[in-house]
Amino acid sequence: MRDTLTHLAAAATAGAIEVLARLVTAVRADWDGVEPVPGRRVYYANHCSNGDFVLIWTILPHRLRRDVRPVAGADYWLSSPLKRFIGRHVFNAVLIDRTGTGPRKAPVEQMAEALDRGSSLILFPEGTRNLTERPLLNFKSGLYHLALARPEVDLVPVWIENLNRVMPKGEIVPIPLLCRVRLGAPVRLTPSEGKDAFLSRSREALLALAPETASTSKTPA
Amino acid sequence: MIPDLIVLLAWIGGLLVVATLIGHVLQRRLSPDGRNEGVENLVARIRAWWVMAILIALAFLAGRTGVVILFALCSFAALREFVTLTNARRADHWTLAIAFFVVIPLQYWLVWAGEYGIYSIFIPVYAFLLGPIVSALRCETTNFLVRVAEIQWALMIAVFCASHVPALLTLDIPGHEGRGVLLIAFLIVVVQMSDVLQYVWGKLIGRRRIAPRLSPSKTVEGFAGGVLSATAIGAMLYWITPFTPLQAAVMAFVIAIMGFFGGLVMSAIKRDRGVKDWGHTIEGHGGFIDRLDSVVFSAPIFFHLTRYWWT
Repeated sequence: MRDTLTHLAAAATAGAIEVLARLVTAVRADWDGVEPVPGRRVYYANHCSNGDFVLIWTILPHRLRRDVRPVAGADYWLSSPLKRFIGRHVFNAVLIDRTGTGPRKAPVEQMAEALDRGSSLILFPEGTRNLTERPLLNFKSGLYHLALARPEVDLVPVWIENLNRVMPKGEIVPIPLLCRVRLGAPVRLTPSEGKDAFLSRSREALLALAPETASTSKTPA
Repeated sequence: MIPDLIVLLAWIGGLLVVATLIGHVLQRRLSPDGRNEGVENLVARIRAWWVMAILIALAFLAGRTGVVILFALCSFAALREFVTLTNARRADHWTLAIAFFVVIPLQYWLVWAGEYGIYSIFIPVYAFLLGPIVSALRCETTNFLVRVAEIQWALMIAVFCASHVPALLTLDIPGHEGRGVLLIAFLIVVVQMSDVLQYVWGKLIGRRRIAPRLSPSKTVEGFAGGVLSATAIGAMLYWITPFTPLQAAVMAFVIAIMGFFGGLVMSAIKRDRGVKDWGHTIEGHGGFIDRLDSVVFSAPIFFHLTRYWWT
């Protein structure tokens, strides 16, 4: 009974979040070089706003959405009952301990485990929100270690456009603006590829999806 | 009112049925595998026309409240598209929040209440002065004049002008009581038929381009043919208006001309910003502003001409 209620509440919350996301952003997905078909994948994206993964989640067709889990910081998503409910039951997030205190599993292990259970992941390889003028920060090594652990999984680059203008850091009211999510051809780790080479190649693949103004007018890494 | 409205809606429904049949035939002949982009776009457009016609018809049947809500939502969508293409930055965050969440509801509420004395100056005076004040409080001077001018322009086009469509319901025309929705129907039918017929005439006999740098598809022949046909259609629709056939023709002519130049102005903005469409929300048409540009330019003029001479 309790489970059913939680399930219903989660479904209702998910619906409300999707309606709100679409009302504010009228988000459109461009699948450029990859198709919206089921299968284990890691969607890796630029990270400018707290709403980033909501937008990716919104553009995924329902049968894909069921199996996709965002990778997020446990410190944020366990900090209040509401966030805990949304993180656990609505988005089914893979919660990573970023504080480094207490007994914990290695984040990459947690992600690999989720993939083994048939889920796809949404990952922000910059590790933190990008609040600088640069279009994309350098990647942390997590994406490489995950690719090394599960080399048979497709890594799909996802560029989120305009969401940082909808809700800049520190603002509480979102401004309605059109947003676009562009998904590109998948990347995989090649057998001879080193960490730095892979991280810079996967970063370039993501940056290539950005509109021209974002990738050329600002200084590269 | 109701019988005339039903007759008009039946005509529009019939027109859409014919358009849908033509679309089907073209699709079967020219694009059996869905490859002919022109035909596929036409079919998508006709499908979107159905949705728009049904929404407007429902709003008409729901009366003043329905029409006001429908156009408030259109203003919201149009402002969202417009602001996306502006230079607005973080310092304008509160100005924009007020524009979306205070100015739009207030303007449409004033229209609903028939407060002509306030809704006709609320955005040109109050929002005009308040916007730059709120933006200035953040002390960000880069592009300041450009930013506040763009926001004001966005509000004038997407909210102020668009709200003059439902405002037609508040006009008290002697002998025309309770027939306000038919005035809106007249405006929308003439504007949209003018758009469609300009396209058709342009495809059939279009040679000389009118403004190649603004809009490569607009031709002198399409313009003349579209405006004259829309004028004729307007004259034939005199029975839903308080006008005589000749007056209806003149009104339709003014509406079509304003609509044409509205499209041209909005094209100039799109070219400057390097986009083909204002948005992607309406399949086959682009954004809301792509469909509303001509309505927005003709609505206030039509409103004031009618208000001045008929009330």
